[in-house]
Amino acid sequence: MIDLLIPTIISCIVAFLVVFVMTPPLIKILEKRNFAVKDMNKKEDVMVVRPGGPAILAGIIASEIVLYAFLQMNEILAIIITTSAAFLIGYVDDRKVMGGWFKPVALAVAAIPIIAFGAYDTDLAFPLFGTVQIPALYIALIFLMIPITGNTINSIDVLNGVASGFMVIASFSLSICLFIVQNYEIAIVSLPLGFVSLAFYKYHKIPSKIFPGDSGALTLGAMYGSIAIIGGVEIIAAVALLPAVINSFLFLSSVKRIVEHREIKGVPVDHTDDFRLKATDDKTAPVTLVRLILAGGPMSEKQIGFAIFKLAIFSGILAVITAFMMGVSL
Amino acid sequence: MKSDLFGFLFGMWALIIIGGGIVVTLLGPISISGFGDFNWFIASVIKAVVALILVVIWILILSKLKNWIFRKEIKF
Repeated sequence: MIDLLIPTIISCIVAFLVVFVMTPPLIKILEKRNFAVKDMNKKEDVMVVRPGGPAILAGIIASEIVLYAFLQMNEILAIIITTSAAFLIGYVDDRKVMGGWFKPVALAVAAIPIIAFGAYDTDLAFPLFGTVQIPALYIALIFLMIPITGNTINSIDVLNGVASGFMVIASFSLSICLFIVQNYEIAIVSLPLGFVSLAFYKYHKIPSKIFPGDSGALTLGAMYGSIAIIGGVEIIAAVALLPAVINSFLFLSSVKRIVEHREIKGVPVDHTDDFRLKATDDKTAPVTLVRLILAGGPMSEKQIGFAIFKLAIFSGILAVITAFMMGVSL
Repeated sequence: MKSDLFGFLFGMWALIIIGGGIVVTLLGPISISGFGDFNWFIASVIKAVVALILVVIWILILSKLKNWIFRKEIKF
C-alpha cells in the first residue's frame, strides 16, 4: 500500500495541473477561432467558448501514463483508449450535429478496448446477496455501460458548472468506495478523474469561461464507466450517479425514444423577468431533473446547481453505504 | 420538491438493492446440462431473457414510483 503512495500523489498532481494550466490557453485559442455559443441562462448576450474536452483528455492521459509507468497494468491502457475514443466521438458531435443514435452506438464501439485487454470480471457483485456469474451477458453489459455513463453525464451538462461539479462528487465517491472494497489499485487509477473534474470546475463554474462540450462530457462519463467495469463496482457506480441517471430516466420516460436534446421542440424551462429559471407548463417538453427541481418555484442558476450537488452528495453517501454492504452477506 | 427528489433517490437505491437480491436468487442458480459445449451459451441466453424481463419490471415500478412521488408537481 505504501509503495502506491508516490504514484498516487504524482498522478493526482499531474491530473489537476495539466487541466488547470492548459485550460486558459485553450480558452484563448477557442476565442480566436470563434468556437463560442450563447449562454442561454444569462440576461446579457454572453458567449462562452467550447469544447473543453481537449484539456480534460490531456489531464486524464498524462496522469494515467504516470500511473502506467509505475503499475504497468493493462487496465490503465484500456481506460486511456476507451476514454480517448469517447473524446473523439464527442469532438465529432461538437463540430457536426449528429443523429440521436450516433453517440450511443459509437460509444458502444469505444468499449471494445476493455474487452480486448480482458480488463473485466464476469461476476456482477450485488450488496448483501453476493455475486452472479453472467459470462456472455456481462459482455453485453460492457457495451451498454459506456454509452449509458457517457450520455448520462452529457445529459446533465445543462447549467454552468453542473457536469464538472457533479463529476467531482461522483468520482471521488467512487474512489472512496473502491478503497472500501479494498480494490486499491483501481481506486488509485480512478483518483485522477476527480482531480481533472475539480481543475476543470474552476473554469466551468458559474459564470462559465468554457463549456466541456460533448467531447468533455463524454470523456468524463466514459472514464467513469470504464472504472466501474474494471473495478468490478458497477452497482456502486450506478448508485453514485443516481441524480444523473434520474435525469436520463425522466427524459426518456417522457420523450419515449432516444433523441438528441436539440431535436426536442418543447421548452421544459423558461426565464422569469429577473432571469431566474422556472418550470414551464409545456406538455410537449421533456421532464428533466432541473424541471422537477424548479417545480417548487423559480430559482437562480446557482441555486439549481447547488441543489443538484446536494443530490449528488446524498447519492455519494448511498454509494459508500452500498460499498460497506458489499462486505455483508445475508 | 427537494425532499421528494431525495425520497425518489432513496427509492431508486432500495429498488437497486432489492433488484440485486432477485437477480442473484433467480439468475445465480440457472445452469443447463445436456447440450455439451453449448451449455454455457444456452444458460447465458436464458439468463439474458430473465434479466431483460427483470429490467422491464424494474423500469415499470420506477415509473409508478415517480408518478406517485411527483404526483403534485408533474402537472406538465
